[in-house]
Amino acid sequence: MLNLISLVLLFPLIGTAINGLIGKKLRKETVGYIACGAIGMSFFVAILVFFGLLQLPPESRVFEKQLFNWIESGSFKAAAGLQVDPLSSLMILIITGVGFLIHIYSIGYMHHDKGYHRYFCYLNLFTFSMLLLVLGNNFLLMFIGWEAVGLCSYLLIGFWFEKKSASDAAKKAFIVNRVGDFGFALGIMLIFITFDTIDFTGVFHAASQGNIAVGSFTVTIITLLLFMGATGKSAQIPLYTWLPDAMEGPTPVSALIHAATMVTAGVYMIARCNVLFMLSPFTMTVVACIGAATALFAASIGLVQNDIKRVLAYSTVSQLGYMFLACGVGAFTAGVFHLMTHAFFKALLFLGSGSVIHALSGEQDMRKMGGLKKHIPITYRTFLVGTVAIAGIPPFAGFFSKDEILLEAFVRGNFIYWAVGALAALFTAFYMFRLLIMTFHGKSRVDHHAMEHLHESPKNMTVPLKILAVLALLGGFLGIPGASAINGFLSPVFGEHGHVETHGAEACGSHAACLPYLMMVISTGIAIAGIYLAYLMYIKSPELPKKLAERFSLIYKLLLNKYYIDEIYDALFVNPIKKISLLLWKRVDAQLIDGTVNGVAGFVRGFGSVLRLSQTGYVRNYAFYIVAGCIFIIVFVVFGK
Amino acid sequence: MITITHYLVLSAILFMLGVVGVLIRRNAIVIFMCIELMLNAVNISFVAFAYHLHSMQGQMFVFFTMTVAAAEAAVGLAIIVAVFRNKETVNIDDMNIMKW
Repeated sequence: MLNLISLVLLFPLIGTAINGLIGKKLRKETVGYIACGAIGMSFFVAILVFFGLLQLPPESRVFEKQLFNWIESGSFKAAAGLQVDPLSSLMILIITGVGFLIHIYSIGYMHHDKGYHRYFCYLNLFTFSMLLLVLGNNFLLMFIGWEAVGLCSYLLIGFWFEKKSASDAAKKAFIVNRVGDFGFALGIMLIFITFDTIDFTGVFHAASQGNIAVGSFTVTIITLLLFMGATGKSAQIPLYTWLPDAMEGPTPVSALIHAATMVTAGVYMIARCNVLFMLSPFTMTVVACIGAATALFAASIGLVQNDIKRVLAYSTVSQLGYMFLACGVGAFTAGVFHLMTHAFFKALLFLGSGSVIHALSGEQDMRKMGGLKKHIPITYRTFLVGTVAIAGIPPFAGFFSKDEILLEAFVRGNFIYWAVGALAALFTAFYMFRLLIMTFHGKSRVDHHAMEHLHESPKNMTVPLKILAVLALLGGFLGIPGASAINGFLSPVFGEHGHVETHGAEACGSHAACLPYLMMVISTGIAIAGIYLAYLMYIKSPELPKKLAERFSLIYKLLLNKYYIDEIYDALFVNPIKKISLLLWKRVDAQLIDGTVNGVAGFVRGFGSVLRLSQTGYVRNYAFYIVAGCIFIIVFVVFGK
Repeated sequence: MITITHYLVLSAILFMLGVVGVLIRRNAIVIFMCIELMLNAVNISFVAFAYHLHSMQGQMFVFFTMTVAAAEAAVGLAIIVAVFRNKETVNIDDMNIMKW
């Protein structure tokens, strides 16, 4: 069954080709069926592959399928090959599974859009690229997938390109990602120089043999460059600014690309290269610090945003920070586990917000919502599940994964990581319930025009919501402390350093073994505190937020304007580069280079216009030249020597 | 005694007359006749050399030259007639469109 793996890639590619080439002529239903069918079949094959993998004994659960030799030049070899191991099989299940639900949802959500076939073509292409990213068995193939998802992200953010803000956001996402990808590409080159191969197996084998000293300069540079790529794709400080703007795209795109799959590519990459990262304690510290800082930083911005999708975007950035924190302290399993649960509940939240936006005919400002609970009950209920899950209330998915990250941060890292993570968790619980209350509870602030059209979404939108709600509810049980299925499943990839083997396993005898349970109580308490704060501020005394905003107006303004990071970047990077580019264009290109080229042409023309005066048109002149020439030759021959 | 030098000088004088005529005359037919003059000046030197060297090759070249001159006369005169029909003149100063 493992041999079927190439089909996982093939189906979305076929879907892309059909919808891209002849989608315009097909009926809307057909386009939707083709796109969903492609991903559905891909999901089915992914399940088969997953069970195929389970049949193997745990230590030999790696399967490589060579497709063809791609590049061979000197000692450089890049094969197009696919690698199935627990990590990549988990990833393809998430990508195709969540992707399938989002495709179905999109049929309802994009129903009125005139770019229907274009949308599904891009969405299928994205799924293909993302699968290529996680299935590739060498760094170059991963990089191809990495770039291709970036391209699809660009195309889909700018899907409504008539809107200037959308096309600007698309360009911003693309350009910011270029910075990270530059680092990633350099990292791959350095890997080739160091290890003389770019195959995962070769590189990781060489690295784990002890040929490279722990903390050596080369491996630190390699991992830092790889992490630079990850900060771009996974929206970490300092390259996170594109993700909130990416919300200009259609909401299902935000759910699929900018919450569930693409932005987690950085986490996947670091988890994949865990052998390299473990060799560089310095890089690990950088990863953990950036992750923790991003988690807190983005969560604090999310506290005061008013656009429903922007809150979720900052929440995504913050949750990605958690995953990097987990990777940075060496708890790769916890990071990947949170990646999975986050894919469930954040896709659910985004699709839920899409359902709200759909119901309100495109309104995204939470100040113009409220009291929607009665009108769209299914959306409300599923959204509530997602909110509780991300806030971290047991037994919902987010609780287990976030708790495990906080625990690992405490055990392997230090108190500061834990404190930052816990504070971010408090913020998370607060802003998510603030969002929930502002949207669904209280008095309706919807304007009467939108009120007339207020309706629950069609079935093909609510069913994916329900399925995702179930996943968000139950997904966490895969990683119950002590009996964690996911730990066991992923341990061949991460080796013994992937997770803390002992925690929760023994009875609560010694002081150290009590820690996991204590942590659970504390993190639940934090979540409840955040929820209570939101309840206090937005239901019990709704005038409180305004008072606080006036009281701490400086902080409020700072948060509302996202710490002015965009403005700072504009002043520091964007505008100087624009000015230099303008200089290069107007002076160097238009004047110097064009001037040189045009000058040569002008000189030749001027010289020619003088020479052509000798062409008088009189036969007599020509005859004279002939005679003069003859005389010259005769004189030369006779007297020349 | 008339030596070969006398013939060659005569030939050169006739040739120069032809060249100057081609360069300074305006009537196409006169220019044409000047060209014939140049050809026949060369013929004189051919014959003179043939006599001087006791060789028949020079005389054979003269026949060739006369054949070419005859053919040239036919073609050239035809061109002049055609030009005259178009422009109603054979003054070559009026034919100056061969320029930029």
